[in-house]
Amino acid sequence: MAEVPEPTHRRRSHAGTRDLERYAGLFAERTTVMRSSAMRDLMAITARPEVISLAGGLPDTSTFPPQSFAAQMTRIAQESAAEALQYGPTEGFEETKDCILEVMGAEGMLPDPDDIIVTTGGQQGIDLVTKTLVDPSDVVICEAPTYPGAVPVFCSYQADVVQVECDEDGMDVDVLEQLLGELRSEGRRPKFIYSVPSFQNPAGVTMSFERRQRLVELARANEILVVEDNPYGLLRYGGEPMPPLYQLDGGDFVIYIGTFSKILSPGIRLGWTVAPPPVLEKIGLGKQATDLCTSTLTQYFVREYFAERRWQHYIDDLVEIYRERRDIMIEALRNHFPAEATWTEPDGGLFIWATLPDYIDTSDLLAKALRADVAFVPGQAAYVDGRGRHSMRLNFSGVTAEEIREGVRRIGEVISEQVELYGTLTGEHRVPEPAQEEKPNVVPFRKAEGA
Amino acid sequence: MKVAVLKGGRSLERGVSLRSGARVEDALERLGHELLPIDVGSDLVKRLVAEGPDVAFVAMHGIGGEDGTVQELLEILGIPFTGPSAAACARCMDKVQAKDAIDEAGLPTPDWFAFNQTAFREFGAADALGRLEQTLGFPLVVKPSRGGSSLGVKFARSPGEVPQALVSAFSYDDRVLLERFVDGRELAVSILGDKPLPVVEAILLEGDRYDFEARYEIGRTRFACPAELSSEEERAVTEAALDTYRALGCSGFARIDLILNDEGPWLLEANAIPGLTDTSLLPQAAESAGLSFEALVERILDLALTPQGVS
Repeated sequence: MAEVPEPTHRRRSHAGTRDLERYAGLFAERTTVMRSSAMRDLMAITARPEVISLAGGLPDTSTFPPQSFAAQMTRIAQESAAEALQYGPTEGFEETKDCILEVMGAEGMLPDPDDIIVTTGGQQGIDLVTKTLVDPSDVVICEAPTYPGAVPVFCSYQADVVQVECDEDGMDVDVLEQLLGELRSEGRRPKFIYSVPSFQNPAGVTMSFERRQRLVELARANEILVVEDNPYGLLRYGGEPMPPLYQLDGGDFVIYIGTFSKILSPGIRLGWTVAPPPVLEKIGLGKQATDLCTSTLTQYFVREYFAERRWQHYIDDLVEIYRERRDIMIEALRNHFPAEATWTEPDGGLFIWATLPDYIDTSDLLAKALRADVAFVPGQAAYVDGRGRHSMRLNFSGVTAEEIREGVRRIGEVISEQVELYGTLTGEHRVPEPAQEEKPNVVPFRKAEGA
Repeated sequence: MKVAVLKGGRSLERGVSLRSGARVEDALERLGHELLPIDVGSDLVKRLVAEGPDVAFVAMHGIGGEDGTVQELLEILGIPFTGPSAAACARCMDKVQAKDAIDEAGLPTPDWFAFNQTAFREFGAADALGRLEQTLGFPLVVKPSRGGSSLGVKFARSPGEVPQALVSAFSYDDRVLLERFVDGRELAVSILGDKPLPVVEAILLEGDRYDFEARYEIGRTRFACPAELSSEEERAVTEAALDTYRALGCSGFARIDLILNDEGPWLLEANAIPGLTDTSLLPQAAESAGLSFEALVERILDLALTPQGVS
């Protein structure tokens, strides 16, 4: 037998600049809008152990009982190894859909199981819906700010993204209605409106009942789809439960995206999309092309996990933990952020959105914060048009109480320094005062931000 | 040869440095050297002493790795290293020091004023802003004194924009400079040993000039290498760059950034450890001179072991 030569090098050589130019000519048009960013480079530093990162968006998986995980995986290995290691149906297993029906039922939704497709995380749902509906330069409407992870998806399909301002009651539906009118007069029909109505990422705000109804009515009247992304609906720490848009609409014009990431594990990459049958069929074809099917193994895991009938208790546990962390973060913000800052006080989810005076650029502030070993997400990441420069997203779910207190204290300190510096530069000599306990209702979005 | 590759560290340019380092490691491996990759941290000296490398390849950018700190340690440990000496690095890193040296050497650099935070916080320097704005005119450029990759560099188009630009620049360093904006072609001359490499011109395809994002993204900036220059222009530019290299006491390599307009070349700054990533200018210039990345890395090592910079 001929001997296979040893590979001479462990790693392939990186491309030279001429190679890069050669490849540049091969890149698809859409890659020019797929950008890495300076921010991502700065984020390389947040990986250092001494940095307290409030920049993440991670659920706390350390609370999941390892012995329960071990028992479930053992059961799968002993009873269904061959099936669990095999391909599965593109739309997902019926048993997975039963689990999904339970989760959606907990928020008052009762979809037809045939309208559900199991996806590789909720993120794939966003991708598949956009792939199915959007041609280059089609309009996609989303909130301002919007989920930072949705922006690259819309951009990679070359959508013309239009963002509609949010306030403490979620997307401003008056502005949306006006926008729809303007687009109609230009002869443009938006393909869909993307919204995270409950405990929004990044703003933490929840859309009011009245706005939910109007949004659904607008969608129906204009025959536009709404894509409701609801990863956090069950992580509610206060306020009244709100009906999902899907429930209000009955599933005619609302496409629903759900996920197990925040209520069980993001590592299993399991989500789902519910859509009207003709749309679902196209989404299914798109998924077939992308990855044939969602991981069979993790679908088996979810099936076993739900069979234990403890999934709601686990969410209850998470809610207790996250509520406490949210409260600690709000208290820390009151103690350490200067009076010029405002922030949202979310009733659920994982994030608080803080807005600083308009002379502070949070991307630059991040550099200073990193020198103090603390990180956040600059608000710009949640906009496609350069807005959000004075805001930041803070995560409280993936960090301990002590990290939250110390992290917010450090950020507050660097902000206060900049506030004071600006005061001396403009001759206003302001000495920053900490925000007061009795501070009137916190206003989530300042006027300057919406200009 | 056992080569320690120093990369990463704590600076804001950690990400760029890790990319430079990875690329250098690839090349060294292919050249058959023994590799000692070090993500620089508090155990740096201990590791260097324990491993005893023949030479250190410094692939660090920004504060800590490019400002002479690491170089100073290497000098103390007696380990030869790539790039300029500790003293030269310190001069290049600090734009105010560098501009002082360039100016003293009689080389043209745009007018500037430098301030530290204390001047504003304690001595009311804000009251002098109006006067210096008059001298420099608008738009003017506000830069952190130490920092690379255009981080924190802002343009102020009117007096009202100056305080905000200063707040941004002070996020990166305690000293900032305000500089007269000189419009013209953006050129970079990399120098290897005592030889200038072909001049690179950065042509921004979209957006504002000097944009950090644009520098590291394929497709937003086009680089012409060699730049289209008349032989007269080319001579003026490379001579100015070499003079700057000497004035700053550089050896090994460095990259000199300048603006060329009708008045001639205007020296902006020197980078003691220019980027070595896929999109960086030094490797592009070397390639244009017929040096592959491996050959460039080998040459840089040679220069570290037998210093022969222009003196």
